[in-house]
Amino acid sequence: MDSIDRRGFLECMAWAGTGLLWTASSGVLSSRIVSPAAAAETRAESFRFAQISDTHIGFKGQANGDPTASLREVVERINALQPAPAFVLHTGDLTHGQKAGAFDTIAEILKGLKTERVFYLPGEHDVFLDGGKEYLERYGKGTVGGRGWQSFDYKGTHFVGLVNVLRYKGEGMGALGEDQIEWLAKDLAPLASSTPVVVFSHVPLWAVYPQWGWTTEDAERALEHLKRFGSVTVLNGHIHQVMQKVEGAVMFHTAMSTAFPQPAPGSAPSPGPMKIPEADARRMIGAADVTYVPGQHPLAIVDSRLG
Amino acid sequence: MKNRAWPAVIVVGIVLTGLTAAHAAERSAVAVSVQEFKFAPPLLTVRAGTTVTWTNHDEETHTVTSATGAFASAGLGHEEGFSETFTRPGRYEYFCALHPHMKATVIVR
Repeated sequence: MDSIDRRGFLECMAWAGTGLLWTASSGVLSSRIVSPAAAAETRAESFRFAQISDTHIGFKGQANGDPTASLREVVERINALQPAPAFVLHTGDLTHGQKAGAFDTIAEILKGLKTERVFYLPGEHDVFLDGGKEYLERYGKGTVGGRGWQSFDYKGTHFVGLVNVLRYKGEGMGALGEDQIEWLAKDLAPLASSTPVVVFSHVPLWAVYPQWGWTTEDAERALEHLKRFGSVTVLNGHIHQVMQKVEGAVMFHTAMSTAFPQPAPGSAPSPGPMKIPEADARRMIGAADVTYVPGQHPLAIVDSRLG
Repeated sequence: MKNRAWPAVIVVGIVLTGLTAAHAAERSAVAVSVQEFKFAPPLLTVRAGTTVTWTNHDEETHTVTSATGAFASAGLGHEEGFSETFTRPGRYEYFCALHPHMKATVIVR
């Protein structure tokens, strides 16, 4: 399964930042980059949603002097989609290091989204200073025990948002913790195995590159509870680049940042914002793989190329 | 924190005998650089009363966070710094709260 039309998406990626658009139809999720060219060809009963990630409001660096501008561009792109996405997922790192005022800024920008709802998860940048106090005051409402985890159903697909940045210790890996894994088991228990499930979290739930902390140490235990399902899609952020892997009926996918790219695993001495000119960063941020994955069948592992 | 004193003395003793190369800095102000997701030097030995200043040369935000809660910086942006004056002898392990695999130690003698 190597259906990557690289030229096709590069042509329409002349803008900075990225939202990933997901379309669900009969339990099959497919993704594409949000652009005017990506006008929907969705069927009547299907729906779509967008994923944005790593907006890092407050960042200022060589690759992007103003992440609020690139995020506004992404918002405009999402708003231009027809039919409109049902909702937007933000997979964390709303802010860059909880900079003062950053939560207010992103709230103001995302008010511009025309979609009904935005579902949020924290990244480590949103919670490391105060253990998540401010984040949960703003976004904890309606989540499990006000702790940020959540699940909801939309047109027969079950969505689960997991928080894996509040126990960010040890080797720098994400972690879910016992409470959350137990809750997940209970949350999934009543569902038929034919229910399509979408799991989203900030740090990847697979070992992208543990040397840089790009993994969740207890993800395996959560994935155990998802094994019986015929279609599982795991959406993550954190690594600021598109990577994809398919394992059995589970497809893992990481989204790009709307702010700045990070180096490919192991390609630089350390992770962190790439120090490249803004014009190059815009192209890098926009470079993503477009893949259609039939979720009901085991597939060979797909590792997408980086932009 | 309080019951840390006894093991800390032993640890300091072991480290000082074992690491003869890590001699104490003579100055009362010492700089530690934060670059490429590393604290440099990773092991610093200073005299009591020394002020250590960390400067983050990465574009990524880092912190200087004591493993025991003895000190903690806010998020340090590019070229931002944090200082701590160490008045009491001991072994101070610290890490970056955003990238906990970044670990280093200050020994105060």
